Amino acid sequence: MSRPCQQGCSGCPSSQKEDPQVLQEKFAVKLTSPEQIVVALAGNPNVGKSTVFNALTGLNQHTGNWPGKTVTNAQGLTRHKNREFILVDLPGTYSLLANSVDEQVARDFLCFGNPQATIVVVDATCLERNLNLVFQVLEITSKVVVCVNLLDEAKRKGLEVNIKTLSQELGVPVVPTVARDGQGLKELMNAVHDVALGIIKTNPQKMTYDQDIEEAIQTIEPKLNNILQGLLDSRWVALRLLDGDHTILQSIYEHLKVDAAHSLERRVTYCHD
Amino acid sequence: MSNQIIPLHQLPLGSFAKVVELKLEGLPRRRMLDLGLVADSVVEAVRRSPAGDPIAYYIRGALIALRKEESSQILVSPI
Repeated sequence: MSRPCQQGCSGCPSSQKEDPQVLQEKFAVKLTSPEQIVVALAGNPNVGKSTVFNALTGLNQHTGNWPGKTVTNAQGLTRHKNREFILVDLPGTYSLLANSVDEQVARDFLCFGNPQATIVVVDATCLERNLNLVFQVLEITSKVVVCVNLLDEAKRKGLEVNIKTLSQELGVPVVPTVARDGQGLKELMNAVHDVALGIIKTNPQKMTYDQDIEEAIQTIEPKLNNILQGLLDSRWVALRLLDGDHTILQSIYEHLKVDAAHSLERRVTYCHD
Repeated sequence: MSNQIIPLHQLPLGSFAKVVELKLEGLPRRRMLDLGLVADSVVEAVRRSPAGDPIAYYIRGALIALRKEESSQILVSPI
């Protein structure tokens, strides 16, 4: 977790402060002071994201045991170590690969809202299926804290989560919680605070793909780097394009005012062949 | 039995299988991958709806109902 990012990309998105105007216009996040820290709350449906959100902000956003309840971004304020944090509760998704509006909202906020930290809430009772989203988030941003929630239910099912190993494997802080009872929330905010302010340097585990895919990434990544100027992780965008995901080009144009589509079209077609 | 490859919807209730291949393309394929249906994932056929379709499968710690439309495109090897 202490190894610095090897890419050394100039102006890595995670090191940048979000543009308040973009935040307000596109995501309706209002900063009342530049000191405030924007934290995104992501996770699969029904893992207790909104419970974590409510417990931290003292708000009473509707929680319920069905998916798709958090339709638009909900926001709330919490104080920790004399700092104000704006928590943005994203819709619950299994993926960020923009199959649905929910996923696109979550993805666009993580990509273009430049939160200073992202909490990914996972369900301790079925970690495996939750880690898919964790890895997808780690490809977009390195400033991640994983919150293993529903630990009480996991215990009841006889499951034990090795938090330390999980943290080592993922390369980011992992905090166990029982949000319903408020357990672990202080530790969670400690980790969020430290990650957001760069006190903890994370070293996220990135997926290595098959050789042909890695080669294709190598072909387009330098070009993407020129276009994106470090505003977005170029490896991640390269992967999306190889995936044939056109929505990301549209989102890049909308949020960054960069016409990547035009500059890339030919190169991407070539890669598909 | 172990070398046999069948579409997932033909997996008898109560039995297990390993995912061999997804015949789906594009978004449906992405969807299935996100639900944890990647090669070598173990799937259990749990129960059938009264009409016979969809069928509920236990996939990586979650119970997920799939229509024949999708499950017939998922090739598995019973174990």
